[in-house]
Amino acid sequence: MKLLTLNFLTCAVKACKSSSASFPLHPKECELVSDTIAPNPKLIYNILPRVDWNALVVTASELGFPSLPPAAPTQEELEKDENMMSELHTLLLETSVSEGMLVCGNCGHEYRVKEGIANFLLPNHLV
Amino acid sequence: MLPTPSTSHVPYERVYEPAEDSFLFLDTLSSESEKTFLQNCFRQPPEGPTSKDSPSPFVVEVGTGSGVVLSFLHAHAENILGRRDILTAGVDVNRFACKATAETVGVGELEQDAQALSHGFYLGNILGDLTGFIKPGQVDLLIFNPPYVPTSELPPLPDEEAKTATTYEDDSRLLSLSYAGGIDGMETTNRLLQSLPEVLSCSRGCAYILLCAQNQPEKVKDQIKSWGSAWAVETAGTTGKKGGWENLQILRIWRAQ
Repeated sequence: MKLLTLNFLTCAVKACKSSSASFPLHPKECELVSDTIAPNPKLIYNILPRVDWNALVVTASELGFPSLPPAAPTQEELEKDENMMSELHTLLLETSVSEGMLVCGNCGHEYRVKEGIANFLLPNHLV
Repeated sequence: MLPTPSTSHVPYERVYEPAEDSFLFLDTLSSESEKTFLQNCFRQPPEGPTSKDSPSPFVVEVGTGSGVVLSFLHAHAENILGRRDILTAGVDVNRFACKATAETVGVGELEQDAQALSHGFYLGNILGDLTGFIKPGQVDLLIFNPPYVPTSELPPLPDEEAKTATTYEDDSRLLSLSYAGGIDGMETTNRLLQSLPEVLSCSRGCAYILLCAQNQPEKVKDQIKSWGSAWAVETAGTTGKKGGWENLQILRIWRAQ
């Protein structure tokens, strides 16, 4: 599961929907893997406008990546900043979560990631 | 005809094998009418400094099974949606189906790479029930080939990690989740329909959902029309193929704006 997926996932517990603390989920004891992917600046430019940048900043920092600027870089800025481009390439395209937990900041439920597949099936008492 | 992804690695004793309904999806999504609709929906602005107006579409298939439909759409994104920068993800309640889908998508990518053709960007598969864990308003294109067969009851969802070794009963239960639809075959589909206003993107959200005659498609269409003028529904492509006793069709449901 690509790290970018975390930008689209929230807690499955209904009562957490209204809480801003349920997004993004917080990685815990996660193992990361990196696939080598050919540079694809156009894909990065097209993904960035739809990324929740604040959530990405939180995820990247919790996983120990170099800290990201407080605002998303524009395409013009990225064209001039090779380092930032390469950092985003690693973060958005190459990095996957293979094992670990994703934790809801509101209810504390831990979603297990196993073999790259996150388990969002809830135990019966939480459905 | 676009090539169908290979699924020879899929364990069919516990994952739904591609059948008429899956192939109807492939035919429909790659039909001229749907390609025109989708390319119009996800058109990119001409080359310019920004893609803000039309960022990468997020494509989610719920109930991927073997992954044949998602892999097809992923591999042929440029042909069908007119762009290769789509983000794709799959959801299934069956862990074996999630794994199988990841592999089917990978095989499809390799086939495209070998011909120097493009494909989308696959995020992964998630073990889960429908869309309750997806951040609202994010899905641009949702695909659902539901468990649509009318049955007296719905099988319970797995609530724990699937074991690596399964019994015959475990396998039968996993398979039954792929087809058993409860009353009118609509119990799961109705839950998915109710989630559409929340999960689909406000600007360009669109869903393709397969129904059989027993699901009473006309009634389903009326239900969607009752949501008001912000929504539209149509039978997609040139559907209505007869597959055994079932008479299948795929609905396209979208925000009309």
